[in-house]
Amino acid sequence: MDPVAQIRKKSLAESAIVSRAVLDTFRKLDPRTMVKNPVMFVVEVGAVLTTIQLVWNVSHHDGQFGFGLQITLWLWFTVLFANFAEGMAEGRGKAQADTLRKARAETQAHRLRSDGSTETVVSSQLRSGDIVVVTACEFIPGDGEVIEGVASVDESAITGESAPVIRESGGDRSAVTGGTRVLSDEIKVRITSNPGETFLDRMIKLVEGACRQKTPNEIALNILLAGLTIIFLLAVVTLQPFAIYSGAPQNIFVLVSLLVCLIPTTIGGLLSAIGIAGMDRLIQRNVIAMSGRAVEASGDVDVLLLDKTGTITLGNRAATQFYPARGIEENYLADAAQLSSLADETPEGRSIVVLAKERYNMRGRDLSSHDTNFIPFSAQTRMSGVDFDGREIRKGAPEAIARFINSTGNGIPNELQLRIEEISNSGGTPLLVAENRRVLGAIALTDIVKGGMKERFYHLRAMGIRTMMITGDNPLTAAAIARQAGVDDFLAEATPEDKMELIKREQAKGKLVAMTGDGTNDAPALAQADVGVAMNTGTQAAKEAGNMVDLDSNPTKLIEIVEIGKQLLITRGALTTFSVANDVAKYFAIIPAMFAGAFPVLGALNVMHLRTPESAILSAVIFNALIIIALIPLALRGVRYRPLGAAALLQRNLLIYGLGGIIAPFIGIKFIDVLLTYLRVV
Amino acid sequence: MTANGWFQIGLYLFVIFLVTKPLGVFMTRVFNREKTFLDPILRPVEKLVYRLSGIDEKREMRWTEYAVAMLLFSGVTMALLYLIERTQKWLPFNPQKLGNLEPGLAFGTAASFTTNTNWQAYSGESTMSYFTQMAGLAYHNFVSAAVGIVLSIVVIRGIARKETDKLGNFWVDTTRCLLWVLLPVCLVGSLILVSEGVVENFKPYTTVDLIQPYTTQVTGPDGKTTTQTVTQQVIAQGPVASQEVIKEFGTNGGGFFNANSAHPFENPTPFSNFFEMVLIFAIPSGLTYTLGWMTGSQRHGWAVWAAMAVLFFAGVTTAYWAEAKGNRLLAGTDQGASGLHSGGNMEGKEVRFGIVNSALFSTVTTDASCGAVNGIHDSFTPLGGMVPLINIMLGEVVFGGVGAGLYGIFVFVVLAVFIAGLMVGRTPEYLGKKIESHDVKMAMLAVLILTFTILVFSAIAVVKPYGTSSITNPGPHGLSQILYAYTSSTGNNGSAFAGLNVNTMWYNTTTAVAQLLGRFFMIIPIMAVAGNLAKKKIVPESAGTFPVTGGLFAGLLASTIVIVGALTFFPALSLGPILEHLLMNAGKAF
Repeated sequence: MDPVAQIRKKSLAESAIVSRAVLDTFRKLDPRTMVKNPVMFVVEVGAVLTTIQLVWNVSHHDGQFGFGLQITLWLWFTVLFANFAEGMAEGRGKAQADTLRKARAETQAHRLRSDGSTETVVSSQLRSGDIVVVTACEFIPGDGEVIEGVASVDESAITGESAPVIRESGGDRSAVTGGTRVLSDEIKVRITSNPGETFLDRMIKLVEGACRQKTPNEIALNILLAGLTIIFLLAVVTLQPFAIYSGAPQNIFVLVSLLVCLIPTTIGGLLSAIGIAGMDRLIQRNVIAMSGRAVEASGDVDVLLLDKTGTITLGNRAATQFYPARGIEENYLADAAQLSSLADETPEGRSIVVLAKERYNMRGRDLSSHDTNFIPFSAQTRMSGVDFDGREIRKGAPEAIARFINSTGNGIPNELQLRIEEISNSGGTPLLVAENRRVLGAIALTDIVKGGMKERFYHLRAMGIRTMMITGDNPLTAAAIARQAGVDDFLAEATPEDKMELIKREQAKGKLVAMTGDGTNDAPALAQADVGVAMNTGTQAAKEAGNMVDLDSNPTKLIEIVEIGKQLLITRGALTTFSVANDVAKYFAIIPAMFAGAFPVLGALNVMHLRTPESAILSAVIFNALIIIALIPLALRGVRYRPLGAAALLQRNLLIYGLGGIIAPFIGIKFIDVLLTYLRVV
Repeated sequence: MTANGWFQIGLYLFVIFLVTKPLGVFMTRVFNREKTFLDPILRPVEKLVYRLSGIDEKREMRWTEYAVAMLLFSGVTMALLYLIERTQKWLPFNPQKLGNLEPGLAFGTAASFTTNTNWQAYSGESTMSYFTQMAGLAYHNFVSAAVGIVLSIVVIRGIARKETDKLGNFWVDTTRCLLWVLLPVCLVGSLILVSEGVVENFKPYTTVDLIQPYTTQVTGPDGKTTTQTVTQQVIAQGPVASQEVIKEFGTNGGGFFNANSAHPFENPTPFSNFFEMVLIFAIPSGLTYTLGWMTGSQRHGWAVWAAMAVLFFAGVTTAYWAEAKGNRLLAGTDQGASGLHSGGNMEGKEVRFGIVNSALFSTVTTDASCGAVNGIHDSFTPLGGMVPLINIMLGEVVFGGVGAGLYGIFVFVVLAVFIAGLMVGRTPEYLGKKIESHDVKMAMLAVLILTFTILVFSAIAVVKPYGTSSITNPGPHGLSQILYAYTSSTGNNGSAFAGLNVNTMWYNTTTAVAQLLGRFFMIIPIMAVAGNLAKKKIVPESAGTFPVTGGLFAGLLASTIVIVGALTFFPALSLGPILEHLLMNAGKAF
């Protein structure tokens, strides 16, 4: 198994990630790094202040050493815990980046000179526009487009999928990625990227978070947290004059403790970890998001455009039934249908051969001994078929076959006409088979809707997301499949331009649109969509245009991407609410402790009955630090997303994180206080 | 607490509920320039105003231009008031020959009336001439209220409009507000008050013989105390009714007399008291309906109303309970309610209003940024007095000042929608508008200005002699007095805890600065949000949209207001009223 694939399966020991995170924890103490996180920066400054005070106390043999030391230590722990959370979130990505770097190692490339000969250069010398020849067992030296030949390629370094894929010139499977390996044959590749800008380079940067930029919601949330921090800073700084007026001035340990407990350290410490983990969850599912903005936007999506083929239905349409005309044996029809499709390489054609083989045990025959003339499908005739031994077998759309037989005067029998309509109405595509201008019968091609899609669309609807099926089928067929799959709407006979129009129309209404695509003609729509997921098997143009690439090339994954986007936002909101709600209990722990000495009556506010003022303050600080550690798994995993309507989701989360956030610290602080008293720490 | 008391509170809230829709619809029509029944009379007047002042009523402004117009207007009219105060000696309608005001007091008063605060460091009857009262103070009562209302309309337009940077014309909105909303109601309202016995004249003060002379101890200049018999009293009068009605309807609160709505010529009967309280909440309550109507979500309007009503009810219940319970230290006296007296803590209250109407009035006047008072908040029990204090600290968003309440609660709506909105898994949206970093930044700025101004000025005042020397009661009560002064100023409430001697250089200056900060530095970030929202697209509502209607949202909004307020001010309150309450229960009073 390929090393990267192993990592994706989490086989790299978690301990390596943890030890790297521990190292990062201390590296991140650098104030220049800390200042980017205003909440934790305030904690660090507070910890420095108490440390200075502690040193001063020691050198002046001032009292309160034990209490001051413990407060100071726990303040430092608070900072370290937050750094550790971030380190843990980054850890997995960094480990993955290391292995990807190995795949990027210098390789030899055979560059084509203008005179047709090749020269050997190292991959880093290749520039966009160069043409290289890659033969079996060689690494493809850079991202590019196959311009000649066909080859099977091992892309497991990128996708983790060990089964080789076919890459060929022209069409939608022409893109190759640097660092992947050609397994057979030889291809000519036009390089499309310069060193340092390749897909692999970008992927490395993305997974290790080097170019991670704060997303719009994250910025807004950071502003909110900074604002709250300033408010609490004001509340604590002005509390000292009020305390002096009241004749109960406070020392620096107590004031810093109060401040650190009040500012939203829980969310402040976990915020960047949540963002990194969100990106990482996508990577776990083999989706590379080009920006965090795209991940966030996927939570906001209002409309999902889903291609019918491959997303809603299983692959292509397949023949499912033969309907012989009156007086024709079903066997005979099947035989004729198979003969007419032998040279038909379309998936539909192949499915007819397969059906005949499975139902009637008809093996493919060798017709080379006969005087055979295969008639390929053409846009003019819209038929294909075979002429041999005087038999003229044709298969095609009903109108085409009607034209074919009408020229001799025999019409389509009435009962077959009814059958054709029946097939169309139920979402299938009817084909007719004729031999020597006589209609033998009909073949029904039907779409097979993937299992479980109806439920998924139901959930999406509950989430307020409209699903729209895009298909080239006629409206009648499209409507039938749409009904069967349970999508909200469909766009039939869609051209790439129609798709683009649709996206623009929805966006003009203020909606966010997500879509998947792989072909070059999808590129404009992918770029226009708010979330455009390109399939890794697709063309380079599509991959450039989209803001995400699905390495598994599974269009259904769009639904998961939306859920991950939502989960990311919910986790941030939930922990913010929890963090702010926590403050209520901390006030009831610290305020009475601060002033119980001067005003014993304020002990009435000590509703938790904490033992001593020192243990009350220390308990609050310890709770505040430990809750960060306790919530790291939740931050990394994300709050579980439930496909509910917004109102139900809000009610549920408010109950858990709002009300829970008020109650939990009362219990936690009391518990720590009991423990501290038992251990006689203060 | 009595059944009659609860009935009066319930009746009051019910009447407010009844006036909300008609007033809300009427204001919507006025500001949307739709037809109203007053058009035949007022439309010609309005057109004349525009012709005289050269205003193009079709031209709309961006938020910045709107804000500049508003600031210019406020600045110029504030200077005008200062000028009147400084020259009233030479101006007409001064039968008592009152002198010009000191610069400090004149500046403080000018700032206070321009900002809709109406903080009064003077006694009206012994300081202000009739001309100053009418042309200076009453004028500002009208225009500062109009400014507040039109700014809330700007905020509503910002939410309702899409993909535009135009939010209306300041001059046109203000003119229409004055002509259609404020003047007609005040005309009718002042007649109602006159019918109840409020005076309206230009007479010099009258000296009358007392029916029942009384003796009093007077300390002479030599320090000796002599006993004097008082047989005469000077009865102050003036054009009171016309100013009284806008004092409440525009949530101004500046009394004609020093005793404010406790004075029998300002508030003579229980009915006038009820009527004045209804006037205070009428526009703020009506604006919630305007919000719903203009944004096309009537249920949202009612959800905001419900959040306000819940907070109002919580406040009035606490105040009523604390005042009716009385003072434990006076255990020997009869503090129970009976047919003969209202019981409870009657110190500083008018006998004709009793406990419930004093508690209700104090809650109403501080929920709204009115500041009219019919009793002395300083004399309330510690917890009863904490209710008005907290009401103002919450930002006066419980119905709130005219316009100011609505644009104030808008800040909390933005914050609540942002925090909780994330929890539904989408970028937070408010009525189809995405709440993004710029909006959060500006909303936080507004909250910060309020917090900063109250806490920093109070913190300086409590440790400096020029601050503490004005305190009349020591201990935690003194802290409450100072906190109340800056809270009331910053919140543009204007009610005083009394007790604190605020006519000093330090307090006149700092309270004026607090008022200006609390008014204009709040407004500008809020207008910036409105301007930014107006530019955005409206995202259509779906099952995934954060619901801003219904009980869940009302509860969320109320909790956000309480939690933000409580977390900010709990430390200060715990050393002020909370400590005082606990000490009182332990047998120590201040």
